[in-house]
Amino acid sequence: MKLSKNFVRDYVDVQADLKTLAEDMTRVGNEYDSAEKLVPSTKLVIGKVLECKAHPDSDHLHVCKVDVGTEVLNIVCGAPNVRENIKVIVALAGAELPNGFLIKKSNIRGEESNGMICALYEIGIDKKFLSEEDKNGIHILPDDAPVGKDPVEYLKLDDEVIDFELTANRGDLLSILGMAYEIGAIYDKKVKEVDLSHGESGDDLNNSFEVRVNTDNCKLFLARKALNVTIKESPDFIKNRLIASDIRPINNVVDISNYVMLELGQPLHFYDADRLGNCIETRMAKNGEKLTTLDGIQRDLEETDIVISDGTRAIGLAGVMGGLDTEIEETTKNVLIEAAIFDSVRVRKTSKKIVRSEASNRFEKGLDPNRTYMAIERAVKLLEKYADATIQTGTVVYDKTDKTEKKIDILVKDINDLLGTNISKADVLDVFRRLDFKYTENGDLITVTVPTRRLDISIKEDLIEEVGRIYGVDNIKGKLPVVPMKIGSVDKTQREIRDKMISLGLNETLSYVLINDKDVHKYTNDSFEELKLLDPMTEERNVLRYSLIPSLYKIYEYNKAHYIKDVSIFEIGKGFFKKEEKYGENTKLCALMTGEYYLGINNKKEIDFYIIKGVLEEILNYLGYEGRYSFCIPKETLKEFHPGQVAEVNVNGEIVGVVGRIHPEISKEPVYVFEINLDNLLAKKVSKMKFKEISIYPSIRKDIAIILDKNISADEISKVIKKAGGNLLVNYEMFDVYENVILGDRRSVAYSLTFGSNTKTLTDDEVNPIVEKIIESLEKNLKAELRK
Amino acid sequence: MKEKLEKIKENAKESISKIQNLQELQDLKVKLLGKKSELSTILKGLGSLAAEERPKIGSFVNDVRNEIESNINEAEKRLKEKALSQKLEKEKIDITMPGTKIKRGSKHPINRVIEEIQDLFVSMGYDVVDGPELETDEFCFERLNLPDGHPARDMQDSFYITSEYLLRTQTSAVQARTMLGNTEKSPIRMICTGKTYRREDDATHSHQFNQVEGLVVDRKELNVSLADLKGTLEVFVKKMVGEKSELRFRPSYFPFTEPSYEVDVTCFKCGGKGCPLCKKTGWIELLGAGMVHPNVLKMNGYDPEKYAGFAFGTGIDRLAMFKYGITDMRYLYTNDVRFLSQFDRKDEE
Repeated sequence: MKLSKNFVRDYVDVQADLKTLAEDMTRVGNEYDSAEKLVPSTKLVIGKVLECKAHPDSDHLHVCKVDVGTEVLNIVCGAPNVRENIKVIVALAGAELPNGFLIKKSNIRGEESNGMICALYEIGIDKKFLSEEDKNGIHILPDDAPVGKDPVEYLKLDDEVIDFELTANRGDLLSILGMAYEIGAIYDKKVKEVDLSHGESGDDLNNSFEVRVNTDNCKLFLARKALNVTIKESPDFIKNRLIASDIRPINNVVDISNYVMLELGQPLHFYDADRLGNCIETRMAKNGEKLTTLDGIQRDLEETDIVISDGTRAIGLAGVMGGLDTEIEETTKNVLIEAAIFDSVRVRKTSKKIVRSEASNRFEKGLDPNRTYMAIERAVKLLEKYADATIQTGTVVYDKTDKTEKKIDILVKDINDLLGTNISKADVLDVFRRLDFKYTENGDLITVTVPTRRLDISIKEDLIEEVGRIYGVDNIKGKLPVVPMKIGSVDKTQREIRDKMISLGLNETLSYVLINDKDVHKYTNDSFEELKLLDPMTEERNVLRYSLIPSLYKIYEYNKAHYIKDVSIFEIGKGFFKKEEKYGENTKLCALMTGEYYLGINNKKEIDFYIIKGVLEEILNYLGYEGRYSFCIPKETLKEFHPGQVAEVNVNGEIVGVVGRIHPEISKEPVYVFEINLDNLLAKKVSKMKFKEISIYPSIRKDIAIILDKNISADEISKVIKKAGGNLLVNYEMFDVYENVILGDRRSVAYSLTFGSNTKTLTDDEVNPIVEKIIESLEKNLKAELRK
Repeated sequence: MKEKLEKIKENAKESISKIQNLQELQDLKVKLLGKKSELSTILKGLGSLAAEERPKIGSFVNDVRNEIESNINEAEKRLKEKALSQKLEKEKIDITMPGTKIKRGSKHPINRVIEEIQDLFVSMGYDVVDGPELETDEFCFERLNLPDGHPARDMQDSFYITSEYLLRTQTSAVQARTMLGNTEKSPIRMICTGKTYRREDDATHSHQFNQVEGLVVDRKELNVSLADLKGTLEVFVKKMVGEKSELRFRPSYFPFTEPSYEVDVTCFKCGGKGCPLCKKTGWIELLGAGMVHPNVLKMNGYDPEKYAGFAFGTGIDRLAMFKYGITDMRYLYTNDVRFLSQFDRKDEE
């Protein structure tokens, strides 16, 4: 809402300068975006063009001699409409025009130029408000314009404007009058009365015109008629106040409807009465009904739109936009004025679909029925005064509104309890008086009558807010709550996993949850219904992800495109799904690794399956699942993974994740990923960390190397070793694997076996037979051959 | 005889001084003091001396022997030291060459800020709670006093997947869940941090962003007032933004609180003097806050006559940008490794 300072001064005495007013309004809750002069240019004077000659070195420039009162200046002007003997706006050398444009003495193609003859848009009036002539050239002032004087003052454009960003609940401030009450409360000034006086004559309108309302979505509808209007340009003050409020002046009649809306907050609609007939109806639209709106567009209406009809066909979309057929034109003689209140939710829905307008915005925020009555009287008053209208006697009224004033009981204690203050009763009453709220007292109890203009106030807490903001929140001193001590709780598991991943050398990412639907079922065989957005912003992000792998793969691609080869990243985030009619989300840990994983300049290692598996195992071990997981070949093909380098992660018999290389057809470069469903994993309880007695007896280490079929997995070998090793075998680790041409389909695998006991020092005589047994078992079960 | 011994002593001293390594010294030691040494021979021959000469010469022989031994010991010590220093010299390396770099990962700046906020509030006795990101309209709006058609819903154009389910537009959704879930109606002091989503994307808004939400509910007679909210946020802002930051409470409107405030802090960039970032006002809008609306208390199982509460919320992305001087919000979501790996160390406290 743009507030014209000149406009609001009609209703309240404002002494404060613009910036102070803006800041003071901010302190009571009305934030502003800008506070500026309507014409923010300096050093402008009215000048008269004494002489105007073509520039000798240009086909469109003119060299002018301009009398600015104190001197005659030589000015080069490029406007097509500059000529001798006109009064113009001159920016003198040193003038500052909008956007920091400075006027300097200069030389234009050999001719001295000591200022600039200005167009209105050059001094700060937006082109959209200007006539065709003013859009294309300098502004020509009337002949009576006094040379040497301030043109802004002369044009009555000497206004100041604050652009407020109002909160959604303060519909009352979408009017000059509402602003006046607010400013009055701040500076303790009384608000002046609105002049509604006008004449009326002729037969009562009720005898010749009918208002029908056939929907609950219209609670109030008033109609009056103004006869024999003269359509012309509005007086300057109306035009300028509309411009200051960002509304384009059209003609006096249309301008008055907008002017009253700005002034009182009640949108009005003016119909050409002669094209309307003798009745007006408000009803819901019929499906398939059509209406051509003011902007010339044919609209398809729906049953949820409120329409105004002339009894047979729709002539306007209530609260949103009028119809083309009944609009005010140059030839309009008689005007039917509509002042109504339509349901805010309906208007909001329709306007969202069609167009958001100043009017619809006000309907959406809610209107005060008392103000509706005022507005229609104000409109006819102005039509009488500025459009030479004769006002027909009588208002046709349809009114189902409840105008009972709300009364709210409040104790000073309630206020002080909620605000944490010690405000006296006198101060509280003073706030209500300044807000122009009536009240009665009964001991400690104050009963406040809320004016109907304040639709936002309905409960005690709303009044407390009023006291808080007018008394001044800055005057409330902060303290910390006095509460019983307790330890705050936080689940740090995710944080610990994150820290562990970081210590393993991975960078944490934060990616978008919304992805493209073509990726949502990738990297998984889980069956779920994808969650598509009803109204995505872009098709690129139209579905909620299930897996984080597509997100991380995108990040990899981005970095690759930026020539970053080593990418080791991870993220903990949510994946979403619908399964068996239920919506759900799971927290997942996902990692992606490619390029080199390094431990110093001379110790880089190309990332392979085993490195990422190692990272995953490290996490699982850290979380306490050591010995409880295994990696198995997926039962069903995961088609986005390399078929020979992918494993499902099984913890206690449940698949909790996947690890593998991305299929070479997707990524030629070897890229490895894993993803674990943390919800499923962490649901498995881990044992409490407990000290195990350290054996005081030394252990014995024996290394063996065997050659066996390549297809026998390390898991199978381990199982045989473990079984044959018995309980003296405390540890076994694979430490070397190699394959070569001579070995062919076989490979050599070396294990280090550690034997120990808690009760004695083992001897070779005890250990060697176990090693023999292990070798025999390997030979027998896996056709292994001992390497000598 | 004495002269002979004197000579042995002198010769020994000279030979020892010429020795260059420990093995030679060992050989010399055998030669000088071993069974076949001159000295041993003399000792063995002591019996042939006159009785009165014997003790004198015997003692002199021992002196010589002791002297030689001590010379040998000294020489041994010297040679050992020399050998060690030679060995050490050989092992000398270029200590200016780079140390072995162990790859270090990094924590995303958003999560760094989240952890800092969590730690702060946990230290004040708050519980950190979690809630779903895929929310129902009921918890995201209705239970927060935002019925269908409410104009304030305009502020939050949302990503719906059905008419009922949407990606939460605010962490406030967790308020209702916490209150309803607390069947004992014990005091609540909680914060919730996490992802939120709104239908907007431009240079300063990402459709996905992060918020922190705080809620305190207690019996009315206890201290849950606007002044307590102010004090709490002062602690928060001073910790997260800087000790010198000042707060300004500006009355505002949120459907779930009454009264409601927007909280401005002294501009991070200019310190309040006025700059383009703060639009020359000296203030940056940082938080939304207020006293829990009685309807919200009621709808979520708390009697507003008996209980009161305050709530606050703020965007984490901007805090992170401020804290680390990140110039463009898009960096937070592009995940360029060159960006991520900058956040790889302990920050100043």
